[in-house]
Amino acid sequence: MLRHCRLVLALAACASAPLYAQAQTLPPAALAARAKAQNVPEIPFESVPNPLKWPANIYLGEGIGVATNSKGHAFVYTRSQRTRLFEFDARGNYLREIGEGLYGFVFAHAVRVDAEDNIWAVDEGSNMVIKFNPEGRVVMTLGHRPEPADALAATPSATPSATPAAVPGKYIFDRPTDVGWDASGNIFVSDGYGNSRVVKYDKHGRYITSVGSKGSEPGQLNLPHTLAMDAKGNVYVGDRSNRRIQVFDNDLKFKAIYDNVGAPWAVCISPGPHQYLFASNSFPDANDSTLAGVTGEIYKMELDGTILGKFGKAGKGLGQFSGLHEIDCRNPDELYISEIQLWRVQKLILHPSGK
Amino acid sequence: MNHFYLSLALLSASHLGAQAPEIRFDSTTALLKLPANLHLGEAAGVATNSKGNVFVYTRTGEDGTMGGSRFFTHGGSRLLEFDPTGKYLREIGAGLYGFLFAQSVRVDAQDNIWTVDRGSNVIVKFDPAGHVLTTLGRKPESVNPAGSSGRGGRGVPGQGIAGDNFNRPTDIAWDAAGNIFVTDAYTNARVVKLDKAGRFLKTWGSKGSEPGQFDMPNSLAVDAQGNVYVADLGNKRIQVFDNEGNVKAQITGVGAPWAICISPGTHQYLYSSNSNPPDSLENGEIYKLELSGKILGQFGTAGKLTKEFGTVNELDCRNPNVLFAGELTNWRVQKLTLRP
Repeated sequence: MLRHCRLVLALAACASAPLYAQAQTLPPAALAARAKAQNVPEIPFESVPNPLKWPANIYLGEGIGVATNSKGHAFVYTRSQRTRLFEFDARGNYLREIGEGLYGFVFAHAVRVDAEDNIWAVDEGSNMVIKFNPEGRVVMTLGHRPEPADALAATPSATPSATPAAVPGKYIFDRPTDVGWDASGNIFVSDGYGNSRVVKYDKHGRYITSVGSKGSEPGQLNLPHTLAMDAKGNVYVGDRSNRRIQVFDNDLKFKAIYDNVGAPWAVCISPGPHQYLFASNSFPDANDSTLAGVTGEIYKMELDGTILGKFGKAGKGLGQFSGLHEIDCRNPDELYISEIQLWRVQKLILHPSGK
Repeated sequence: MNHFYLSLALLSASHLGAQAPEIRFDSTTALLKLPANLHLGEAAGVATNSKGNVFVYTRTGEDGTMGGSRFFTHGGSRLLEFDPTGKYLREIGAGLYGFLFAQSVRVDAQDNIWTVDRGSNVIVKFDPAGHVLTTLGRKPESVNPAGSSGRGGRGVPGQGIAGDNFNRPTDIAWDAAGNIFVTDAYTNARVVKLDKAGRFLKTWGSKGSEPGQFDMPNSLAVDAQGNVYVADLGNKRIQVFDNEGNVKAQITGVGAPWAICISPGTHQYLYSSNSNPPDSLENGEIYKLELSGKILGQFGTAGKLTKEFGTVNELDCRNPNVLFAGELTNWRVQKLTLRP
């Protein structure tokens, strides 16, 4: 079955090649959405059917976040009637729900697991980043959930009578999107839809510095939607609406731009001595069918931006991606991905050397 | 009046100069043992009763419902009780109509538990067994657009009309006769005095910075003589009134008092937290004062570690050397042991 699936995927990839040759016939929106990089080699892969076993009456909503810990457990952060966080073991058996009814769970955006197996949830609705220890208890929070709408004007602030600050607050997010850490535990938050910046905190949550304002110049950001850290502490930011990955050093000084892999909805960097960068040019959640032929693929890159290959395409079948929102690449040949339009998580086995 | 300004000048003078001495203290953030899948949100309120049991009034998950034309909110606050060792005992008022956005909890001399809810505008009195004895104020029928008086009320709630409703109340205290004092708060900027049966007696205060006016009265406490201490957050002062609301003094030099408490006993102390707002990690220290306003010392600072504070919203000082601090941004309660 797996072998068959792989074969079909490879054929599908071949069959789609002529489409790209007709690029000049694409509508303008599709031309804009298509990655600059062309003729990228395909990486064979398969998608494991039903990788997570859901108990009766627990349903995945929009599969917004997925991440694994050192034991191979998978954590899924989903938009359901409530935003919920679930844990599965390495075989996909359901273990438990974490943070049920939590004050910070409003509208899921991303989940990541740090080097000590702490679980971090980034919530775009509560404007909070929440750190759980491996036992599933809250041990630190960043950001502050806005008070109820009818009490907003009454929120006490540092300068009660002053007008709101033009500069975003050090400890207040506006629809944050992702979190990462360097080797010494410093915390990096992409913030986000509202603030167009990346903020660096020390491991105890104390503000250090930030970078970015809304714009398209180098160092500016337009919807930093995802971020990943390499072993040296460099920060790779998926600058989605600018359709580029921006690289910053550990002090958030601008280093480089990779602008040939489409709109990076999700990025991740694998661990180990040879690190790889994965980036998804996701089929957008607007469900514009004219973009389905030119989006949806995931790129595998060296950290310097060299493209090694790509795999996948937009669609609702197994091994196709419908609004891919987060990638976990703890094992660079065994990825977990989560999707928006189709409420699911997929486990992908890559065969980069064609084996 | 001359005397009043003289004492103000003296008080202010005494607070200039050297920083208050540091009070040594220990802390634990791990006192409260919560069952699996029960989590504190913002620990807006914390209080103890005469047995040392700890009550936590927390802002946690919430739901809303779309009606025909209005958005109805419910849930969102929970009241939890722990024994003195931190063992979880029970939830009180699960699903209660008045629980929407926790602000504070206080326990009176008879061990009744009072919750102040800034979202529902309702103050609820529970007996020690957890039954509702009485309510003050009324919950608006639905979430209303800003500036609208809303349905289910009569104009803007709480403008000093006898028996009227509150508008985002923040705290409650009692004098020895059982009279009730409420800070009603961000919009109305007043103190309301009711008798022990909940009948409206009088109100004082309006928005402003003159003596007797308030800018976000966020907390209050009453001493054994029945004097009323109001944490006038926005004006960075504690205002002291007699039992009838006459201005007696103001205490400055303690930053922006966010949460205050007064310990019982023959020698009463006043504690006041200069809490960091949620958007900063500056300040955060707690002051210990004589009722006269003389600063005895200070301890702590803003941060996320143990012995650091994340927007302390309520202080309990039933034992003046064992304090409980409820934190908004750190979602926890700290038990502080002072070594003065």
